[in-house]
Amino acid sequence: MTALRSVVDTRAGEFAANRESMLEKLAEIDAEHAKAVAGGGEKYVKRHRKRGKLLARERIELLIDEDSPFLELSPLAAWGSDYRVGASVITGIGVVEGVECLISASDPTVKGGASNPWTTKKSFRAADIAAQNRLPVINLVESGGADLPTQKEIFIPGGRIFRDITRSSAAKVPTVALVFGNSTAGGAYLPGMSDYVVMVKERAKVFLGGPPLVKMATGEESDDESLGGAEMHARTSGLADYLAADEQDAIRLGRSIIKRLNWHKKGPAPRSDYAEPLFDVEDLLGIVPSDLKVPFDPREVIARVVDGSDFDEFKPLYGSSLVTGWANIHGYPVGILANAQGVLFSEESQKAAQFIQLANQIDTPLVFLHNTTGYMVGKEYEQGGIIKHGAMMINAVSNSKVPHLSVLMGSSYGAGHYGMCGRAYDPRFLFAWPSAKSAVMGPAQLAGVLSIVARAAAAGRGQEYSEENDAAMRAMVENQIEAESMPMFLSGMLYDDGIIDPRDTRTVLGLSLSAIHNGPVKGAEGGFGVFRM
Amino acid sequence: MIHNLLVANRGEIARRVFRSCRDAGIGTTAVFSDADAAAPHTREADVAVRLPGDAPGETYLRAELIVKAAADAGADAVHPGYGFLSENAAFARAVLDAGLTWVGPPPVAIETMGSKVESKRIMTAAGVPVLSELDPASVTEADLPLLVKASAGGGGRGMRVVRELGELTEAVESARAEAGSAFGDPTVFCERYLETGRHIEVQVLADSHGTVWAVGERECSIQRRHQKVVEEAPSPFVGEAMRAELFDAARKAASAIDYVGAGTVEFLAGPDGRFYFLEMNTRLQVEHPVTENVTGLDLVALQLSVAQGAKLPPEPPAPQGHSIEVRLYAEDPAAGWQPQSGTLHTFEVPGVDREFTHGAGLRLDSGVESGSVVGVHYDPMLAKVITWAPTRDEAARRLATALAGAKIHGVVTNRDLLVNVLRHEAFLAGETDTAFFDRHGLDTLARPLVGGDAEKLSALAAALADAARNRAAATTLGRLPSGWRNVRSAGQRKVFTRGDTTHEVLYSLTRDGLRAEGYDDVRLVSAEPGRVVLDVAGLRRTFAVARHGNVSFVDSALGSVAFTAEPRFADPSAALAAGSLVAPMPGTVVRLAVGVGDAVAAGDPLLWLEAMKMEHRIAAPADGVVTELPVEVGLQVEVGTILAVVGERA
Repeated sequence: MTALRSVVDTRAGEFAANRESMLEKLAEIDAEHAKAVAGGGEKYVKRHRKRGKLLARERIELLIDEDSPFLELSPLAAWGSDYRVGASVITGIGVVEGVECLISASDPTVKGGASNPWTTKKSFRAADIAAQNRLPVINLVESGGADLPTQKEIFIPGGRIFRDITRSSAAKVPTVALVFGNSTAGGAYLPGMSDYVVMVKERAKVFLGGPPLVKMATGEESDDESLGGAEMHARTSGLADYLAADEQDAIRLGRSIIKRLNWHKKGPAPRSDYAEPLFDVEDLLGIVPSDLKVPFDPREVIARVVDGSDFDEFKPLYGSSLVTGWANIHGYPVGILANAQGVLFSEESQKAAQFIQLANQIDTPLVFLHNTTGYMVGKEYEQGGIIKHGAMMINAVSNSKVPHLSVLMGSSYGAGHYGMCGRAYDPRFLFAWPSAKSAVMGPAQLAGVLSIVARAAAAGRGQEYSEENDAAMRAMVENQIEAESMPMFLSGMLYDDGIIDPRDTRTVLGLSLSAIHNGPVKGAEGGFGVFRM
Repeated sequence: MIHNLLVANRGEIARRVFRSCRDAGIGTTAVFSDADAAAPHTREADVAVRLPGDAPGETYLRAELIVKAAADAGADAVHPGYGFLSENAAFARAVLDAGLTWVGPPPVAIETMGSKVESKRIMTAAGVPVLSELDPASVTEADLPLLVKASAGGGGRGMRVVRELGELTEAVESARAEAGSAFGDPTVFCERYLETGRHIEVQVLADSHGTVWAVGERECSIQRRHQKVVEEAPSPFVGEAMRAELFDAARKAASAIDYVGAGTVEFLAGPDGRFYFLEMNTRLQVEHPVTENVTGLDLVALQLSVAQGAKLPPEPPAPQGHSIEVRLYAEDPAAGWQPQSGTLHTFEVPGVDREFTHGAGLRLDSGVESGSVVGVHYDPMLAKVITWAPTRDEAARRLATALAGAKIHGVVTNRDLLVNVLRHEAFLAGETDTAFFDRHGLDTLARPLVGGDAEKLSALAAALADAARNRAAATTLGRLPSGWRNVRSAGQRKVFTRGDTTHEVLYSLTRDGLRAEGYDDVRLVSAEPGRVVLDVAGLRRTFAVARHGNVSFVDSALGSVAFTAEPRFADPSAALAAGSLVAPMPGTVVRLAVGVGDAVAAGDPLLWLEAMKMEHRIAAPADGVVTELPVEVGLQVEVGTILAVVGERA
């Protein structure tokens, strides 16, 4: 065992400034989270409560085990869009009767819980997480269906929702629908496709066509209850397996269903006798410089995330701009790749490719801690084969079969984002710190590149180049790229699974690893692409 | 010489007698009913003999079985304890006829004193002051209030206070019925009732050589339903002159019937200091330890000596200091003294100096221990807690503190009442009489020791212990922070009830510590399933928390509280039909007043339940019709059993 040491000086002015800056960003994110928690706003919350109903988050709180943790996913989905932050659905991983489940609850206070394009994207992401990690799914249903004006973005791709439920079932991962209210038309297939269905008496309404549509289609006079009431479905159609007396009862029944799943996790069990890190997680607030141009030692982070601050570094003397090594997080063994000096050179790329293969040999999940400005550019490096070496790393990341977890601590620019298992490389989970930024390159660099190109084009055309316009263009581009690199923007786009407080990193990774271990954890058996040598 | 003694009793008194036997090198034999198969007294004896069945009538009252048990076990003597057969002359004779030593007075003395009517006559003749007997037929307003008593009675059974002439006939009838069923002798008599009397009794001890000791007096005025609750020696009411008179009267009483052994002459004293003979108990009393504590005598050892023919010294030792005993009952004073039953998960009295033996400090004579099951068949007294100190105030303080700090989990007890009494200014001023509870009111005296902020803090401790327990028991993510959220919405919610009070504890355990609604000045220091430490406005307080079933028991220096944890979910199928009447306590259905289909008015009796020597009336909660009556006479019911359903009138 190799216990990390820390040289963080928590009394230094720099540390305090970093901390201050991080706390400010956290406060901003808290404010955005609060918007999501507020749902459709006071008026609609009040109306919902007045009907004797629980709010979506209250339903979740009651569903999960008392005092257990809950990891909400994509809480800032739809941030920066025309839709409410949170995208009118809450998704997350919670423990129900000791079983980690993917819980999805539509928020009826936001436009009746209707799906908009962001709701669909967020639900897809949740379904992916459930499928990749073998998590039973519990849908808490009360939705007015699709937001019709945006149907073009929802209808055709949205069919995936129902496909995913039955594919989950086919994979022997149970799905449960607790129907609290409307679940009509297409929405009716949500309970329709689920393994277990609970409907709340006098509340659930599940039919393909309501009375007006039936009247138009066949001339038949009908009413809600006979077409889709909970009693009818429980006694006559058989769509409801359980009739709940009220919302609490539906949740109680949902819990009893999970309790009887005889659920076994397929991954190896964690060690239970692990030690907490030796260093205070509070320090994580002051470790990342407010100016990302200043590098920081990721070992300071690792020392505050892994069990007992115990980290065995691999190849410490080679490619020192990337730290690789082995550790445990909440009893689960992991391999860690963490950027140390921002830039990835050929050595770092090759080291990473080897390390990733080693992790696959021993079926060990990988954690990527991002703070990279990308692969090195320049004549010397191009001639040294940086593309080949970067490609080796990307090949290894792409074809690795062990679960990957990514945390964007600082920069995650350019192909470095790819090599460090960015979103497109399907990490099981990807979280960002408030300090993170991600884009093809830094805003100033991008503006500068555009300026040089424009200047050259003007020269080619023999035109005079306006320095004033150039400055304005650069400022505009810089601002835009800066804004689009920010974690809230990226989170809104669902490019991460959530922005987390750095102090929660260990908890989030532990919870993610535990969720991952519901499925088997197996490395690749060969099967990598051709490594260019 | 006695070599092996059988104690024809159970509980603390059996253990008490065994202790003296062990000191004397005498072997011990216990008898036990099926309900007592695992009781401490059964386990402690050298040999234990089973008395099949549970009810006293099948077991501890079966003289022939007990005599046979003694023979089977090779016991050569029998001690009857108190209650049961202790004042049964036929039993005493049976013991003697079997050639065994009877640790008690001669059967004739028992018989004489067993008849209250007869004993009063003899006492009058001996010059002992008595209250004259009144003939119910000629009673007038001027004689009121009066007391109807069973001649063969004891322990308050078959006793009625009559304050209006109109009540007399019914009181006599019901006392007769109760006496008949309890003692097999329906004879009752009437006498004047002293509303504010003080119950003062004198412990006597006589040998078979003519020496009669008046060992000392005890005061037992604080009673509920004629059952003693707090007893002490000496009496704060008795001065030297009165003591001399009392002792003289007691010796006369014992001598008049040629008494041998330990006995107690009970008197009722008026405010003027005049006292009247009530009765003589021809056995060891429950409250004998206070006398032991002030005299330094081992009364059981002396009983054994006297039974073996020993001669007493001419005078007993002079009493020293003050001793107070309380009877800890499994009963709910605030709910009409309802007896309680159930598993006593924890029974720990802090700082006990001695058990079943006299001396300074804190003495515990307990029939139960942690894990004991308190049943419905016998007296609900759990234990006697006794202190001795140089002064009365010190004895009271020590006793109150010990009781307040006791961990008693599982059954409701009269503990809070006892502490309130011991700390009551009237008690401390020595102003005790038989109307103590009525005068000061149960609203005050049975008030829970813990209330208000202390109760609220205890509820928080219960919630946090519960959270720690949940985390410890979690099979998944058990070591992640309790109730962790990346997006905070509502916190955790736990609901506890205590009586009519509901505590909804809303809390989150954040990285900045505890956040609990309404607990702004409380900081969490540590929380484990069994122990929660809180910093309350700068004061660090430790709470011990034990959970049994859905009840959380919280003990701290603030006092003890039991909370019922509300389940997160109610199973709708478990809900009772409206109008259902459930058994308030375990017991036996003794009479039905109605049948299915009968119309009833609110308050009409439906049936009677007998539990713990008392008949409880189950009355209609509202006007209606009896729609269900799923019980019959003789049926044993548990708490919560549906006895009847009263529906709306068609």
